[in-house]
Amino acid sequence: MSTLTQATSRFTLALTGLLLVAAALVHFTQLGESEWMQIFFGTSALNFTLRAAVPLILGAMSGILCERSGIVNIGIEGMMLAGAFAAFVAKTATNAWPLMSSLIFAVIVTLLVGAAMGLLHALFSIRFRMDQIISGTALIILAQGVTAYFFDRDAIAEGKFGAIPLPGLSEIPVLGPLLFHKPPLTYGALLLVLVVAFALARTRWGLRTRAVGEHPRAADTMGINVLRLRYLNTALGGALAGLGGGFLVLEAVGQFQEGMTAGRGFIALAAVIFGNWNPIGALGAAILFGYTQAVQNELLLADAFALPRQFVSMLPYLVTIVAVSGFVGRVRPPAAAGQPYATEAGD
Amino acid sequence: MTVGLHAGPWRQTLLITGLALISALLIGAALMLLLGHNPLEAYQGLLQGSLGSAKGWATTIRKMVPFILTGLSVSIAFKAGLFNIGAAGQFLMGTICAVAVGVNFEGLPPPLHITLALLAGMGGGILWGAIPGVLKVTTGAHEVIVTIMLNYVAALFTGWMVYAGSTQRNARPGPLWDPSALAVSESRDILVSAQLPWLLGPPYRVHLGIILALLAALIAWWLLERTTVGFELKAVGQQPQAARYAGMRVGWITILAMGLAGAMAGLAGTIETLGLNHKFAPEFGGNVGFDGITIALLGQTSPLGVIAASFLFGVMDAGASKMQFESGVPSDIIQVIQALILVFVAAPAIMRQWPRLRMLLAAWGGEAEK
Repeated sequence: MSTLTQATSRFTLALTGLLLVAAALVHFTQLGESEWMQIFFGTSALNFTLRAAVPLILGAMSGILCERSGIVNIGIEGMMLAGAFAAFVAKTATNAWPLMSSLIFAVIVTLLVGAAMGLLHALFSIRFRMDQIISGTALIILAQGVTAYFFDRDAIAEGKFGAIPLPGLSEIPVLGPLLFHKPPLTYGALLLVLVVAFALARTRWGLRTRAVGEHPRAADTMGINVLRLRYLNTALGGALAGLGGGFLVLEAVGQFQEGMTAGRGFIALAAVIFGNWNPIGALGAAILFGYTQAVQNELLLADAFALPRQFVSMLPYLVTIVAVSGFVGRVRPPAAAGQPYATEAGD
Repeated sequence: MTVGLHAGPWRQTLLITGLALISALLIGAALMLLLGHNPLEAYQGLLQGSLGSAKGWATTIRKMVPFILTGLSVSIAFKAGLFNIGAAGQFLMGTICAVAVGVNFEGLPPPLHITLALLAGMGGGILWGAIPGVLKVTTGAHEVIVTIMLNYVAALFTGWMVYAGSTQRNARPGPLWDPSALAVSESRDILVSAQLPWLLGPPYRVHLGIILALLAALIAWWLLERTTVGFELKAVGQQPQAARYAGMRVGWITILAMGLAGAMAGLAGTIETLGLNHKFAPEFGGNVGFDGITIALLGQTSPLGVIAASFLFGVMDAGASKMQFESGVPSDIIQVIQALILVFVAAPAIMRQWPRLRMLLAAWGGEAEK
């Protein structure tokens, strides 16, 4: 596992490095005069990349927390949608508050609603022995229905998170505006990748999670409460997926639209697979998928392609298919993912 | 497990399904109360709109057609242990192929033209269903992600096929776009010779599609229960390792199952178009993919069960607008109720939480399965 893990981490480093070096070249040299270089590596493309990657990163972290402990989470999309809706409702309800406290309140509500969705998934699949894939699908349909039913189309959320430049760092040319002049949830998502990576590899919780996901019987024998850990991780994962949806409302778009997650939950799931269930690898995959969305967007804006726009828009989806097809032979899911577990004592 | 003469598992299935339905309707009623609506009025409107008149019945039957076919699509994949979330994409690709045949070939005799269009629609669905099958077999890519991504690709592709174009963006219109629709993106009407005949003309508008859908269910049943291929398909779904040791070509069966699933979903869109809409517009299809999943599970993946579940969904769909009109409850509640049905059916253990119910199940339907 460790060599594979290193390989996906190297991919992440290589991709980020490539994008940043190219951005610097476009910024400082004559390459910036080429329209194509601007489309592929201009500031606008790279800013868009990170913005598109954040919900994918949060969704992927959700998937990793659940799946490393043995619960397949196909419902990320539904948890995201519920989170986005919760954020919108909380924000509109507190429009009268000062902007920052209203936004922070909305973030808290989003996390709680996401966690509730996660708990529901755990309840369905652990307590009620529902097939985990079907439970995830049910969550998606439920979230679509409930959010459409309660959505007040006249409500307006006033204000969203703005950029907070980090003193000093944001002054660095190229790197500063791209990475250190961002709104808070973006910083949070990037930081979270490091936290999850560290926690999975180096803490007692991480060791237990991996044990429960790889060999629950052995973990049980060692005195780890398998089911309780799975409940905990799925709830945490739900909260993160919810935050991914909350990001769309509170930081990216500013409003809620029906079905606004538009498949991001599934692309996040693909990022988990592509990144070999490793946080750093999933980060790279999320950046790759975000980058394809950015390139798609830049190509459409520049109108530089003879191809019809619909075909350009297929790019992110096709890249996702190629990614899960081309790399899946070299990755390995946690051994117990998707397997229900009955404790020795019975439940 | 003690199974008496009169206590086959089907009674238990029926009981659980009925209880699932009631539970979902009760929670739906609670949600209606939450927004200050009267649930009794709403459900009354729902039934009046769907089963309260001859026209209501006709609408219910018409709505059943795509439900039966997408339900069969998901069911066939399930039988082979595959999860087809791609019915929506296969539906669109089938439709666009059928429309391409339907708007061309003027002068063909109707039976031939209809048959060609149906075959083209199945072909489009088979192609779109087989891709995730082939990718799963050759590369191991999980069909869930591939089918979802292909749904988006299909939506974009079919959207382009009937795209009205834009002079501002210097974008040319798509090949099937109808110039007389001006700025609207939609296809030309299919020729009369490719349209399915009415069983009951307007205002009832019941077309031949219901017969074709029931026929498809019969064929699916025959295929699964009476042929070697069907046996192998189920064997692969239940015990892939054992099937492999028994010499079955697991890869081939996987691709075949996804192709068949695609054929059914493609046929759903095709029949809906040839029978009712007579043209293609991008918003066509709606939520067919997830509906198919719920119907397949509600019908226990058996063709007969799928037909019964489709009737239930047909009732809910046909009555939704009347319900909204009579009681003011947004018709979105229907999707919530359907999701709740899915939850209760897929996790019968929820029902067994109540001790009384467990006793009832034991008395009525044989011992509750562990």
